[in-house]
Amino acid sequence: MSTKGNSGTIIFALVVTTISAALLAAAATILKPAQDENVLKEKQQNILSLVGLTGPNDYKKFDELVQGLVIDQEGQVVQGVQAMSLDLALEKKLSTKNPLYKVRYPMFIYTDPSGRPTYLLQTAGTGLWGPIWGYLALDQDGNTIRSAIFDHKGETPGLGAEINTDAFEQQFIQKKVLNDQGEFVSVKVEKGKHDASMPHAVDAISGGTITSNGVSKMLEQDLACYLKYIRSQTIQTPQI
Amino acid sequence: MSDVLVQSPAEKKPLIGKKERKLITDPLSDNNPVTIQVLGICSALAVTTQMKPTMVMALSVTAVVALSNLVISIMRNAIPPRIRIIVQLTVVSVLVILVDQILKAYMYDISKQLSVFVGLIITNCIVMGRLEAYAMGNKPFPSLLDGLGNGFGYGAVILTVAFFRELLGSGKLFGFKVIPDALYEAGYVNNGLMMIPAGALFVVACYIWIQRSFAKHLEEKE
Repeated sequence: MSTKGNSGTIIFALVVTTISAALLAAAATILKPAQDENVLKEKQQNILSLVGLTGPNDYKKFDELVQGLVIDQEGQVVQGVQAMSLDLALEKKLSTKNPLYKVRYPMFIYTDPSGRPTYLLQTAGTGLWGPIWGYLALDQDGNTIRSAIFDHKGETPGLGAEINTDAFEQQFIQKKVLNDQGEFVSVKVEKGKHDASMPHAVDAISGGTITSNGVSKMLEQDLACYLKYIRSQTIQTPQI
Repeated sequence: MSDVLVQSPAEKKPLIGKKERKLITDPLSDNNPVTIQVLGICSALAVTTQMKPTMVMALSVTAVVALSNLVISIMRNAIPPRIRIIVQLTVVSVLVILVDQILKAYMYDISKQLSVFVGLIITNCIVMGRLEAYAMGNKPFPSLLDGLGNGFGYGAVILTVAFFRELLGSGKLFGFKVIPDALYEAGYVNNGLMMIPAGALFVVACYIWIQRSFAKHLEEKE
């Protein structure tokens, strides 16, 4: 094969790219099941860790431990959809393209041995560089956050990426999403020092303003929808 | 340099002769890609806070350098000179994506820790440097050895850096606690500097300093 002429060069490039593409396509197809399993396992472990189930094998009993449920943005239960396989980020993306689209939210209910339910919620939004998401455990009063986990695809290390550290996540524990009048106010990620006397705010990450705002925004948006469902439940079953 | 190797007499030689051994050992010390050629520094700073991900990174880079060296060396006479860089880049990218996919499937936790840095092996100057400087002008087997040698040389440095960063930065090695609690109670604290990328610069600098004070011939004559 001539390596000097234009046609030789083009043919060479075509051969190299075709072989490369075939190799990569084959690898992606073969490895997909194992990769998907890892992603699912991580999601299950994240959700269970909200209620302190962090054993290495707890995720195998996921379906026994928690009950999955899908609701729409009006708080109505949606039948026929698996909560685990619902991709909240995708749902929200569809709704930005089509304003009439009703976002479906996955949620899980964990009932502890004493019969006390905890709502395990999911939230998704955008940071500076890409998607951010989180999981929240909300007490049965529909007000108190028991724990929170956040993660991101590619926020700036040391700045926005800090949202997945314990220091950031632990600030959310015991925060309230309702004000004294019982109105929804969410939890804001704001600049400044925040302590227990400020139940609706946590410290933002300095240098990570856009990521922090992203967290605030997704919490406000998603919790509002979940609360519509949770409130309809608490009215039916009187509080103990 | 490459001409010398190509024109060497075609007598029967052992598979790993003196020259071949030198291909492996040179990059470990006298021609280390990181400390002597000062290539691939950015990943040496980024992934070296803990031993375990560093080990995976070192192995990934070694696999990519060795295999891309081999592949490019096999193709070296067919590659049209005008598009050789882009062909090299294609080969490297394919290998890096394969490594990334395999890590995602079988070492998910570590792949999450390494995050973008696996993908960034594509831009690691060591890889392209070896392809241009060696694989384009040498036979496949020596190229493979050259790639392995440079991968090991890179790995040796980043593992050393990770050793000190994890030990001093978090008191652990491979995730296991090695500094006893008693020491912490006596007032010892972990060195926060070691946890940030700048800490790696200090360790790399000390490495170079020690290496050069032992190997005087590496110093440039004034």
